[in-house]
Amino acid sequence: MLLDENKSQSGSQGWQPKIIAFFCNWCTYTAADLAGVSRIKHAPNARVIRVMCSGRVDPQFILDSFAKGADGVLVGGCHPGDCHYQEGNYKCLRRFQLFKRVVESFGINKDRLRLEWISASEGDKVRLVINDMVAKVKALGPLSLPKKFSEWDKEMNIIEEKIAGKEEAVHA
Amino acid sequence: MSKTTGNTRTGFYICHCGTNIAGTVDVEKVVDYVSKLPNVVVAKHYKYMCSDPGQEMIQKDIRDQNLNRLVVAACSPFLHERTFRNVASQAGLNQFFFQMVNTREQNAWVHLDALASTEKAIDLARSAIFRVAFHKPLEQKKVPIHPGVLVVGGGIAGIHASLTLANAGKKVFLVEREPTIGGHMAMFDKTFPTLDCAACILTPKMSSVKNHPNITMWTYSEIESVDGYVGNFKVNVKKKPRYIIEDLCVGCLDCIDACVYKEPRFFDEFNQGLSKRKPVYIPFPQATPQLVVIDPETCIDFKSNKCKKTCVDVCERKAIDLNQQPEHKEIEVGTIIVATGFKPFDASGVPYYGYGVYPNVYTALEVERLINASGPTSGEVVMRDGSRPEKIAIIHCVGSRDKNTNLWCSRVCCLYSLKLAHLLKEHTHADIYNFYIDIRTPGKMMEEFYYRMAEEGTKFIRGRVADIYPDLTDEVHRRLIVKAEDTLISEIIKVPVDMVVLSTGLEPRADANDVRRMFNITCSTEGFFIERHPKLAPVNTFTDGIFLAGCCQGPKDIPDTVAQAGAAAAEALALIDSGFIELEPNTAFVVEVDCSGCKSCVPLCPYSAISYQEDKKKAYINEALCKGCGTCVASCPSGSIKQNLFEDEEIYSEIDGILNYTNIYEVSECC
Ligand SMILES: Cc1cc2nc3c(=O)[nH]c(=O)nc-3n(C[C@H](O)[C@H](O)[C@H](O)COP(=O)(O)OP(=O)(O)OC[C@H]3O[C@@H](n4cnc5c(N)ncnc54)[C@H](O)[C@@H]3O)c2cc1C
Ligand code: FES
Repeated sequence: MLLDENKSQSGSQGWQPKIIAFFCNWCTYTAADLAGVSRIKHAPNARVIRVMCSGRVDPQFILDSFAKGADGVLVGGCHPGDCHYQEGNYKCLRRFQLFKRVVESFGINKDRLRLEWISASEGDKVRLVINDMVAKVKALGPLSLPKKFSEWDKEMNIIEEKIAGKEEAVHA
Repeated sequence: MSKTTGNTRTGFYICHCGTNIAGTVDVEKVVDYVSKLPNVVVAKHYKYMCSDPGQEMIQKDIRDQNLNRLVVAACSPFLHERTFRNVASQAGLNQFFFQMVNTREQNAWVHLDALASTEKAIDLARSAIFRVAFHKPLEQKKVPIHPGVLVVGGGIAGIHASLTLANAGKKVFLVEREPTIGGHMAMFDKTFPTLDCAACILTPKMSSVKNHPNITMWTYSEIESVDGYVGNFKVNVKKKPRYIIEDLCVGCLDCIDACVYKEPRFFDEFNQGLSKRKPVYIPFPQATPQLVVIDPETCIDFKSNKCKKTCVDVCERKAIDLNQQPEHKEIEVGTIIVATGFKPFDASGVPYYGYGVYPNVYTALEVERLINASGPTSGEVVMRDGSRPEKIAIIHCVGSRDKNTNLWCSRVCCLYSLKLAHLLKEHTHADIYNFYIDIRTPGKMMEEFYYRMAEEGTKFIRGRVADIYPDLTDEVHRRLIVKAEDTLISEIIKVPVDMVVLSTGLEPRADANDVRRMFNITCSTEGFFIERHPKLAPVNTFTDGIFLAGCCQGPKDIPDTVAQAGAAAAEALALIDSGFIELEPNTAFVVEVDCSGCKSCVPLCPYSAISYQEDKKKAYINEALCKGCGTCVASCPSGSIKQNLFEDEEIYSEIDGILNYTNIYEVSECC
């Protein structure tokens, strides 16, 4: 079962990927603000959700984002040793390593999920990371899990109906 | 997932911020879209939402339309979250029924494509509207503020901040790494633009610090650790052994005379190595405190244990203790001022200027000592080779404004170069050549100072110096040739001089990164500490209760350093005098019925805020210790830990909002 298969790229004309970015308040969110203050232009595809620390990012948030239609998920935290809460970013990293494999094993391309350490002073890194990620996700095309799920649901319904039909036939 | 509790009535407001937002984001389109979303009762745009009329408009709507949720799309929450929370609470709404959408810093300012920018604004507005429905009324916890203040670094910044606070009746701990306070300013002869003697204005302040009943001054000391948070920091300080019992030493200096080294032989840090000191020494005559210190690196007794210890014998007060151990002090303070200053650029970093190769190439700081009446040559400009200069080149911007070294302008070098030109001329009557890129003299009285100096006959040559090398053709003078392009006449010129002064720039301290980590503050890529907001919070850091003063935040002159130190002291005072602080309520708590007692959260907490209640077999979070990172929340397998302001539902609804994933809302709408 490969979630990330794009049999046809049709319908993706003019399509723009949507990337959900979980940024920690102290480093990466601040860096994104700094990019703004320094007017560092970058791709408009990321939508930032602010959390206090990258350690707050529950793998479920990432799954949920994909399942509800995100084409990519970016997690941003402080550099190792710089976490405002000492080691939340290590906890995040530990979880992330494991989780990335799970996501990949679902068949979601690894370029759709990214963890980056961006410090409060690295406004330009915000640009680099977002631009790079957007380019890669664009190359992969839409993930469109909600659409795929609903198609599968339809298929399942048909199968269920068929089975039900057979059962009725047996009973009759 | 349940829909929100009760009847949600949301007001949405998007700010134009002049043209800052509205120039890129189509605010009318956003309002048009948002007004059709469920729960939205009012949607408006306005030129300046943070202005009084903007705030009043929101408050009127809250009252008239019975709004119970507020979303404002404007600048970064770092700037105005507090403003709009106040707007809500003044209109009778719990301030946490509010969500802000960053539409300027993270949108309008960073995108060129108006359509995409507007789409992003819409996504994030929807996200906030979905989220705010799940917000809960929260109370901010008030915690008392410890009135003590820690000041780190005893340069002019730390000194001024300490005195301001102490004069206001606050208890101050001043921790300085070196054996004396004073910092760089103590090394200068005179200071621009007034040319008043540095010692005359600094040393009285130094002794006030020493004698002030409210100041505990620990020199030759380091901060070992910092724990806690605004209002309640616990700090460990290590006092390094100076091998002198401070209470007994009266500063008679007999021990220095008595040292087995009859002549000083070791590098004298304070005089930049232009003179020598003994292993037992006092950094400079006005050092504060007036205590000698024994350097274990050079003292024979520490190396071989075979010294005659003449210093010990001569001390009548028995103040020398060669077995002294480091002392550890634990203090509690409510606020901290970081004033750790700068380090001059290492001139050998520009090898073609020959510093360290040609003895008559000096750094500016060395020259400060050389012309200082209490310096190594008692103010006589006698060079390393014993001669006196007749021609002197001063080279500006060494290690500044250069992509090979440091990009920034160090702000004080032009001015101190002019000062040194004047002082060197006064001391030597030599011909002086200033090689500059641009003369930068902003600030009150500074341009006037420049003109005054220029009238004294100093020559100015506009051009970056490319090379400095010995003049082999002139055996008599053995001068150095300064080669540069004079960019005003587009000609390569070579000026033979006796002495070269390198005006080195200001850099962050080598250990800035360690200090930053220790205090949980942030550095720019260069290494200067970052203020919370460059205009509106110039002495605050992102960590509440920790303030910045002086050159650790960026190069600046003494007037600006002192102004900043005063500001930092005032900010600390404002916190202390309010008596308590209100903490963000973003702490975590355990929903006991759901807790399975697996204990996996317990070791995750870096603050040991989570304990396991044996009787109930449930985890418990001590709210006073929790700092609200949310790591335990993310890893609780049963989802029984929640974080205020960042509850799962709140984040999931943000995701839903961004992706316009509305199924669940449609479902719940009908029930
Ligand atoms: C050659 C030269 C000439 C200048 N001339 C002038 C002038 O004429 N007029 C003028 O207005 N400005 C002048 N300046 C600028 C001036 O030096 C600064 O504005 C001023 O010294 C800044 O003071 P400060 O307290 O921030 O830093 P500093 O003077 O650097 O003091 C910082 C102090 O903190 C201590 N410290 C550092 N780290 C720690 C730590 N981790 N723990 C404990 N203590 C620590 C240091 O030992 C030091 O005592 C000149 C600068 C230079 C380089
Ligand atoms: S606060 Fe940034 S990763 Fe923890």
